[in-house]
Amino acid sequence: MMDALPESSATPEHRSGMLANNIVHFARTLRTAGLRVGPGQVLRAIEAVEAAGLRKRDDFYWTLHSVFVNRRDQREIFDQAFHVYWRNPRLLEKMMEMLLPSVSVPADPDDKKQLSRRLQEALQPGRGEAPKEESEPPEVEVEATFTVSDREVLQHRDFEQMSQAEIDEALRAISRLRLPVPLRRTRRYQPARRGPRVDFRASLRRALRPEGLTELRKREPRKRPPPLVILCDISGSMARYTRMFLHFMHAITNDRDRVYCFTFGTRLSNVSRALRNRDVDIALQKASAQVEDWSGGTRIGQTLHEFNNKWSRRVLGQGAVVLLITDGLDREGAAGLAEEMERLHKSCSRLIWLNPLLRYGAYEPKSQGNKAMLPHVDEFRPVHNLDSLAGLIAALGMAPTGVGQGGADKRLSTWQTELRKE
Amino acid sequence: MSTPVPSSIDAALELLKGGDYIADRSLATVLYLALKLGRPLFCEGEAGVGKTEIAKVLAATLKRPLIRLQCYEGLDVNSAVYEWNYSRQMIEIRLAEAQGVHDRGQLAADIFDERFLIRRPLLEALSPHAEGAPILLIDELDRTDEPFEAYLLEVLSDFQVTVPELGTIKAAETPIVIITSNRTREIHDALKRRCFYHWVDYPDLKRELEILKVKAPGASERLSRQVVGFVQELRKLDLFKAPGVAESIDWATALSELNALDLDPRTINDTLGVLLKYQDDIQRLQGSEAAEILRKVKSDIAAQPLG
Repeated sequence: MMDALPESSATPEHRSGMLANNIVHFARTLRTAGLRVGPGQVLRAIEAVEAAGLRKRDDFYWTLHSVFVNRRDQREIFDQAFHVYWRNPRLLEKMMEMLLPSVSVPADPDDKKQLSRRLQEALQPGRGEAPKEESEPPEVEVEATFTVSDREVLQHRDFEQMSQAEIDEALRAISRLRLPVPLRRTRRYQPARRGPRVDFRASLRRALRPEGLTELRKREPRKRPPPLVILCDISGSMARYTRMFLHFMHAITNDRDRVYCFTFGTRLSNVSRALRNRDVDIALQKASAQVEDWSGGTRIGQTLHEFNNKWSRRVLGQGAVVLLITDGLDREGAAGLAEEMERLHKSCSRLIWLNPLLRYGAYEPKSQGNKAMLPHVDEFRPVHNLDSLAGLIAALGMAPTGVGQGGADKRLSTWQTELRKE
Repeated sequence: MSTPVPSSIDAALELLKGGDYIADRSLATVLYLALKLGRPLFCEGEAGVGKTEIAKVLAATLKRPLIRLQCYEGLDVNSAVYEWNYSRQMIEIRLAEAQGVHDRGQLAADIFDERFLIRRPLLEALSPHAEGAPILLIDELDRTDEPFEAYLLEVLSDFQVTVPELGTIKAAETPIVIITSNRTREIHDALKRRCFYHWVDYPDLKRELEILKVKAPGASERLSRQVVGFVQELRKLDLFKAPGVAESIDWATALSELNALDLDPRTINDTLGVLLKYQDDIQRLQGSEAAEILRKVKSDIAAQPLG
């Protein structure tokens, strides 16, 4: 770093020291504001500022911008922080000092109040592990009933924390999960005894060993699951299932890579980052803080439009599969829904619709929303047992041509031809 | 001989201008830093805003060779870095056998020699070049998968490549690296942190006019002004794919080829396919909406003639 500093006269060096200090403080400000800024970036910023010089405010702005900003959506925060900080660093510090205690005050009682259920269990070993005859009635009530009281909890955007037993069950269920989508062939190869292609490199190396050029090494294309995009309806009509779907999305996000989760009601929210948190309670808390339209109305057409325009090109690449979880009851009379569904269908490799209504045997696609959506799905799946994650996963994993009630609904093609005639 | 890298932000701006690239100051700043500090430049932005062009212009103005690595899904080391020339190696083994060479160690050293190494873009960029450090363009990085991205980390932070049979090959001179991404997926932070990041935005009205003046010289000033006004209005609409700079250049060129001196609704309807690439967008604009926008643009121009 030393040679990057300007020539050794005392004043400029001193000045650059001041500047470095200021950049460090600025970086800390950005970090507080939520940007991911590490010490490496601070060093790089100092180096960059020394290289670019300080003649123009604009240049200084873009120099820091090029180091500290990594994504487009960080620009706004950076912009505001820059203008506040470099006008008067002191002012900002004072503001932060004033802010800090007020931030930590609500956090504290919060912690005490919401002592994690798992921690409570751990502190009182009798409760969590004890067989059912000993457990107290309230426990059982929470476990077993997905009824009105649960719905109210949802509207307060506050989810029941998961018990250790539930977590274990979720992990077990997710390990059993077989999505009804085949693995995708990638264009990479792996060694295989009876692969279709010759691996020349391995063969040549083999040939150099004492036994000589006796056999050809083979390779085959590697396979991996395609990216998964989950669009989950969280409107009022779906409210009783929301907690379970969120758990499902969290479990699957942490189980494999390339999973993107969105929720929609009256607006679309991308909760992928929140759900990536390993701890299920924190993840759900973050997600619920981010989403503003719990248990409200549904505007499927409009939210799908937003998804298509803003996100589809970013998450639907590489043969993605879309899992659409909704009952298809649209507040706005399915305006524009058919077009958006068509676009969505055409931009992903497979569109699976999971409809909780379908578990009632007498289901018919009567509502306008259902009519608009149905022609554009590849698969239509019922969920028979929505009380647990395991039930959902079992429903998802059933073979598409399942016998009896299981698997994809065979009535789909009948409905689709009927709807096309209309 | 190659031109030395610019010594100030203004010089960087001039350099780009010399290659017919009208940049704004933010881009010049980032570019200057990337050149000066020898770190990659990461350009992200919508399609058709001139990300790839930056590298091409740099190569032309700095008189350096341009090495391009076009990314695609499944891009692997064999096609990005190096590959052994197997058929020549086989022949070499046969020849050695015919000559009665039995020392296997010697044979191994012989066939895994640089002579049998096929250099792909990344390795090529690290090799010494007579004209000075080359420009390495890694285009549309978002099209590859994560494993390749992870591999790039080593190359971009130390500028070295490891070939197991040969050892580590280090760059003689740090190449100038430009990475572009259309954001069809998010590139990992670890890679971005090693680069200077720049979001290439749509140009404003004034700069887009300048760009057209340079890139579509056939179009009259009046036409260019209308084209730019129209395109800028389109970008405010909620379209599936807003037209980029490349599209407005194409459109202006196409219109001047058709000898149009003035935009009118009919010409717009007929040539809309140059500007918009999705049927839904075209359908939506055709007819009254395009005419409406054109009316607005013309009244804007009448209200404040530029310069």
